[in-house]
Amino acid sequence: MTDTAHPKTLEAPAHPGGWQGFAADWSSDQRAFKSATWGKAMIWIFLLSDTFIFSCFLLSYMTVRMSTTVPWPNPSEVFALTIAGRKIPLILIAIMTFILISSSGTMAMAVNFGYRRDRVKCAVLMLATAAFGASFVGMQAFEWTKLIMEGVRPWGNPWGAAQFGSCFFLITGFHGTHVTIGVIFLLIIARKVWRGDFDSGRRGFFTSRKGRYEIVETMGLYWHFVDLVWVFIFALFYLW
Amino acid sequence: MAQERAHEEGQQHPIKLYLVVWGWLFVLSTCSYLVDYFGLEGYLRWSLILLFMVVKAGLIVAIFMHMAWERLALMYAILVPPGAVLLFVAIMAFESDYTHFTRVTFFGMGGVSAQTATFGSPTSKPEH
Repeated sequence: MTDTAHPKTLEAPAHPGGWQGFAADWSSDQRAFKSATWGKAMIWIFLLSDTFIFSCFLLSYMTVRMSTTVPWPNPSEVFALTIAGRKIPLILIAIMTFILISSSGTMAMAVNFGYRRDRVKCAVLMLATAAFGASFVGMQAFEWTKLIMEGVRPWGNPWGAAQFGSCFFLITGFHGTHVTIGVIFLLIIARKVWRGDFDSGRRGFFTSRKGRYEIVETMGLYWHFVDLVWVFIFALFYLW
Repeated sequence: MAQERAHEEGQQHPIKLYLVVWGWLFVLSTCSYLVDYFGLEGYLRWSLILLFMVVKAGLIVAIFMHMAWERLALMYAILVPPGAVLLFVAIMAFESDYTHFTRVTFFGMGGVSAQTATFGSPTSKPEH
C-alpha cells in the first residue's frame, strides 16, 4: 500500500491468486526436512500413516480380547508344531520371526552397498531379502491352511473366544499383504540395480524418469517397517 | 566436499554395525520366545514381552532405518504422532473394561452361551 513497501513487492516474485495461487503456494519450495530428500520424507509419512492402520488393528484386537468373557485361545498351543514326535510351542512363528529379522539385516546391507555403487552386492542382497520375504509368506500360507483345516474361521474356532479368528486373519493377512508387495518391489528394484539403471540413467518403464540409488533406501525403509510391524504382532498377538 | 556429497547421497556406516544389530535382534527375539517356551505368567511375562518388543523396535528404527542420524525435525514429525496411539490405547482399555463389566453383570448367569450368541457364532441364531 505504502510507497516504501512498493519496491520490495517488485523484487519478490508475484504471487498469483485463485486456484493457480493455491497450487503455487502448496507446491512452493519450502523445505522442512533439510537432511532428507522428498522421497525419504514421503516414505516416512507413508509409513506413519501405515503405523496408524496397524495400530488400529492391534487396538481393536486389544479391545475385543479385554472385553470378552470367553477364554481366549492359547496362542502357544494353537501355533505349536509337532516336530520329531515332540510338541514345540509357537515354533513356526519363532522361525518366521528369525527369517524376517534376517531379511531386514540383508536389506540394511543392500542399502549400504547401493550407496557404495556396488551394484552386484546390492542386487544379490536385495534378492536374498526377497527370498527371505517369499519364504515368510510361504510359511504364513502354511499356517493359515493349518488353522483353517482345524476349523478356525473369522466367526469362531474350536478353542474359545470367537474374535480370535477375526483378529488373526485380519492382522496377519494385512501384514502378509505388505510382505508380498514388498517382495514384488524388491524384485523390480533388484533388477534395475543389477542392470545398472541408476548408473546409465535408463528411464523407468512406469515413470519415464531416471532413477537414483536412493530408491534402494526407500525400499529398505518400507521393508524394515514390515519387520517392525511384525515385532509388534509377534509380541502382542502371539506371545501375550 | 567429499563428505558433504556422501551425506547428500545417503549415509555410510560400516557393515559391522548392521551385523551387530542383526545379532542383537536375534538374541532379543530368542529371549522373547523363551518367555513363552518357559511359560512365564502374569506381570513378569507381560513386562518382559513389552521390554524386548520396545528394544527391538528401537534398534530397527534407529539403526536399520537410520533415524538416529536424521535431523530432529524429521525425528519428531515421525515419532511423536504415534504417541497419540498410546492415548487411544488408554481410552480403549477403559472402554473394554467397562464392556467386560456390563457383560459379566448382565450375561453373568448365561455364561459362555450368552456371550457367543452376541457375536453370532455359527451355532447361534441372530436375535437382534
